[in-house]
Amino acid sequence: MDLQIALLLGQDGITNGAIYALLSLALVLVFAVTRVIFIPQGEFVAFGALTLASFQAGKTPGTLWLLLGAGFVVAIVDLVVAWRRRKWRRVPAILGWNLVYPALMAGLILSIEPSKWPLLAQISLALALVVPLGPMMYRLAFQPLAEAPVLVLLIVSVAVHLVLVGLGLVFFGAEGSRAASFSDVSLDIGEFSITGQTLAVVLTSGVLIVVLYQFFGRSLYGKALRATAINRTGARLMGISTVMAGKLSFLLAAGIGALSGILIAPITTVYYDTGFLIGLKGFVGAIIGGLASYPVAAVGAVAVGLLESYSSFYASAFKEVIVFTLIIPMLLWRSLTTRHVEEES
Amino acid sequence: MGAVEPILVVEDLCVGYGKVEALHHVGIVVEPGQIVTVIGPNGAGKTTMLATVMGLLSRSRGTVRFLGENLKDYAVEEMVARGMNLVPESRALFGEMSVEENLQLGAFMRHRLGHRDHLETMAWVFEIFPRLKERRDQLAFTLSGGERQMLAVGRALMAKPKLLMLDEPSLGLAPLIVREIFRVIADLKQTGVAILLVEQNARAALQVADYGYVLETGEVSLAGPARELIDDPRVIESYLGLGGKH
Amino acid sequence: MTPRRVLALFLCLVALAPLVLSEFYVTLLNYIGLSALVALGLVLLTGVGGLTSFGQAAFVGLGAYTSAYLATVFALSPWLTLAAGMVVTAVVALLLGWMTLRLSGHYLPLGTIAWGISLYFLFGNLEFLGGHTGLGGIPVVSLLGFELKDGRDFYFLIWVVLLGAVWLTQNLLDSREGRAIRALKGGVLMAEAMGVDTARSKIVIFLIAALFASVSGWLYVHLQRFVNPTPFGLHIGIEYLFMAVVGGAASVWGAVVGAGVITVLKQWLQDLLPQLFGASGNFEVIVFGVLMVVVLQRAREGLWPMLSQWMPVHSSRRQVPIADFLNKQCSFGGSELILEVRDVTKRFGGLMANNQMSLSVRAGEVMALIGPNGAGKSTMFNCISGVDGPTSGDVFFRGVSIVGLDARRIARRGMSRTFQHVRLLPAMTVIENVAIGAHLRGHRGITASMLHLERAEENSLLAEAARQVERVGLKDFMFEAAGSLALGQQRLLEVARALASNPCLLLLDEPAAGLRYLEKQALAELLRRLRDDGMAILLVEHDMDFVMGLADRVVVMEFGEKIAEGLPEEVQRNPAVLQAYLGGVA
Repeated sequence: MDLQIALLLGQDGITNGAIYALLSLALVLVFAVTRVIFIPQGEFVAFGALTLASFQAGKTPGTLWLLLGAGFVVAIVDLVVAWRRRKWRRVPAILGWNLVYPALMAGLILSIEPSKWPLLAQISLALALVVPLGPMMYRLAFQPLAEAPVLVLLIVSVAVHLVLVGLGLVFFGAEGSRAASFSDVSLDIGEFSITGQTLAVVLTSGVLIVVLYQFFGRSLYGKALRATAINRTGARLMGISTVMAGKLSFLLAAGIGALSGILIAPITTVYYDTGFLIGLKGFVGAIIGGLASYPVAAVGAVAVGLLESYSSFYASAFKEVIVFTLIIPMLLWRSLTTRHVEEES
Repeated sequence: MGAVEPILVVEDLCVGYGKVEALHHVGIVVEPGQIVTVIGPNGAGKTTMLATVMGLLSRSRGTVRFLGENLKDYAVEEMVARGMNLVPESRALFGEMSVEENLQLGAFMRHRLGHRDHLETMAWVFEIFPRLKERRDQLAFTLSGGERQMLAVGRALMAKPKLLMLDEPSLGLAPLIVREIFRVIADLKQTGVAILLVEQNARAALQVADYGYVLETGEVSLAGPARELIDDPRVIESYLGLGGKH
Repeated sequence: MTPRRVLALFLCLVALAPLVLSEFYVTLLNYIGLSALVALGLVLLTGVGGLTSFGQAAFVGLGAYTSAYLATVFALSPWLTLAAGMVVTAVVALLLGWMTLRLSGHYLPLGTIAWGISLYFLFGNLEFLGGHTGLGGIPVVSLLGFELKDGRDFYFLIWVVLLGAVWLTQNLLDSREGRAIRALKGGVLMAEAMGVDTARSKIVIFLIAALFASVSGWLYVHLQRFVNPTPFGLHIGIEYLFMAVVGGAASVWGAVVGAGVITVLKQWLQDLLPQLFGASGNFEVIVFGVLMVVVLQRAREGLWPMLSQWMPVHSSRRQVPIADFLNKQCSFGGSELILEVRDVTKRFGGLMANNQMSLSVRAGEVMALIGPNGAGKSTMFNCISGVDGPTSGDVFFRGVSIVGLDARRIARRGMSRTFQHVRLLPAMTVIENVAIGAHLRGHRGITASMLHLERAEENSLLAEAARQVERVGLKDFMFEAAGSLALGQQRLLEVARALASNPCLLLLDEPAAGLRYLEKQALAELLRRLRDDGMAILLVEHDMDFVMGLADRVVVMEFGEKIAEGLPEEVQRNPAVLQAYLGGVA
């Protein structure tokens, strides 16, 4: 390997690593607030990418039908609860978010041609379609189990992942797609050139991390999420409802996932089931951070990206084996350094 | 009494964990502006009672009326929104957050309901607990035991509650600090907030309270004006075993 | 119908099935049997032990590939390769288990996802295993000169193995080792205090589950006579877990039910859904996923408990076996010094929870440690019982320092305890809960338990447990679920459990809290009798009435320090004690 190739691989690794880092942050967030190990994170990546690609190809994205369907089910479930508890005041909000909003999105997308829109508008539209699926997922799958043990939540999480992969196949088909590159600019440093896409990915990730940092450090709702993560009962006693914190963290995670998908859409061909492996690599990072530390998770995720990139050069067939075997020594290290106070989770 | 609606009326409250019943037909009334204390030995169900009233636990039977409203199926958040606050035995502070952030979060529900007065409220809390002001930027887990309890009470006050429920505020604190906490509890009464105080420290609790209940093995065994209970031989007996039964 | 008859009927059906059913259904039953064997391992691991693995398919793959490779390349007999596959699986499982099992909770399942993926890609990328195309021409298994060539022949092998595994698992669960395993879910701290090596129990069930999977892989590969990586991927591993959970992970039969339901459903959906969606693909995962979420939200125990309501399959033992007495590990004599705590200090960060605490307990003496909430009594208790070591100072138990020993090793030396917050296994019967206390008095291992070769010892343990249950006055509740007792009775159960270990020193953490007056009287009476038998008793208590009537000596703590020590009457009159207890701030 000469320097040229080393740098090229490094660029690849950092691009992927930045994405894994974003995902690992979302995973840490969701786990800390809800104790859910968020396996379906990868599906949001795939849906984000595929939705954008669908717009560009002039097709109606499958996520629209998914949003309409999920909204419908959530509305039914919530209306039943509201009726049972005689909480009529909630009805307008239930109808608005779960039926009216998806219907408006459907009207908008079907009446215009998103393929003719500028890139930023397409991206916003894709996010507007995919992100609400996060809270809806929380409502349907996890909210009824808010007090369940971590293991039950994990099994549900895996089940939801399977459902979404299956639905992804139904709505997007088995063919992969790739979005158009965000820019053709490339930055030349000597013989080495950095592509515009790399810059876009790294910059967007960096900005997003700063925004998240500000959100958690400054805003009341960000603090409320942190509070829930630190002491759930304490947070509830302040009036921070578990449901609100859960939906908010799923909203953020879905947003981060979908945006990550949009960022990689021009780099790689995304299939309906591509997200899973990408999400899991974010997990390796998150586990390096002990599912608790944001900075360690992010650094770990970048390391995963680099490892993956260089191992694809040396032993490309064993790339996945190497990356996922890495988790075992990481777990071992965790287990030797954490003094585990044993009691039921 | 009579004309004024009580703040809190608990009637016939039963709570069971599985088949085991922890509370049996407990009834408690808190009148406006009163300090009511519930005393009793460990395991009597005092904490269970507070948690149930707050909505943290569900009850198997009984009614809870808060501010005249009969509440059936409710979540903690709804009670916070109505003006009920609980300082739990564990304090439940946000350890890795600063004192100021803890206080801010105390006003979370008021903020959600549209009130934007948390700075004034915080100034008021700092007036009550000047020590918290000195430590406003410190992380909560670095505070001493007494300061933690002050922060827990201060954080609850940030919600400007109509009923403040305190679970063992004196637990594990040095006498000097206990004295300060009880002074604050007595002072708070002047601001009009009603207080439901659960304590082991029977004498201190009865000294500040207007009315008292003794809870034993899940049942109210004794109730009456605090001033009468404080000299009641049965109270002393159940605490010290000085009854001369042997 | 008795449970025995239900079982006999089921076995008859299993035996007759291949004689009357078509090839298609026999194949289906073969697959159900293969999956049920893997799911059975997960019942033991997840349903009973509370550990979760998504990676069982990888162990199936290890068994399958090891056998396929050795049988084709070296032409070894399939029976030899079966053993080889199990050895390989055991080595890998022990290694993975050693690394991940010490972390409880969510790290293990995450680890299983990772190795599930790794091994899958490894199978697909290793040239000598045929890569993604796989290996063919795998030899037939022959049994007693009879070649098991087609599915109908193989059926019997699969189901005999499966039913054998069910039998072994059920035997294991109904034994001393089984009680230790059942304590893993929600009772680790308690079990360790009773002397159970919970880390070992975890490894054992992990290993058994992996071996069941490995055998299933061996059966699969010799039934198919061909192998490729597809059936060992992560999604199949997830499917196995679904089978266990949907069927009912708490029961061995849940695995069979779950495997049946999921396999049939999959077959049916794979026909139906592609027509519905007009495309081909694994659409059944959508239904499985939704089914799984609904099961976990609505009926977390799975299908088996619902089914078993309609069948008389509950055969709970109602008789206490008559058996030999167990040997005693403690014999009492005189008033020797049993426990001595010397200058123990315990710091938590800046907080001094115990400061220079000293106390002693002699044989035939009840020592009470009292003090207001937060005085540091529980910390003292933890220092003595090995839950948490002291920062400085020393603790001598029967003349030997026990500082630095864990709870399990201290229990082995003859100390037993109860817990302030009752720790028992609510679903288990009273007698079984108490029998956990006698864990250290039995010695037979896993293999003997699986084959039920340890019945004599088991009967002695249960007889001993029954004796202690009677002693604390819970005889009428012997076979009730422990969770159905009132709080006071649960405390008595804890005392019985502690007594079942035949301790020299009994540590009681607030035994009277939540007890009614008469219950307290009865407990005090029992403790007096134990003392008169020569047992040393240290109790932490709040209830002064209880303490003063019972204790020989009292130590009073406040703010982590000893403020008084002496006879009950002296302590009661001590002004510092009065101040600490009645409080008062004026």
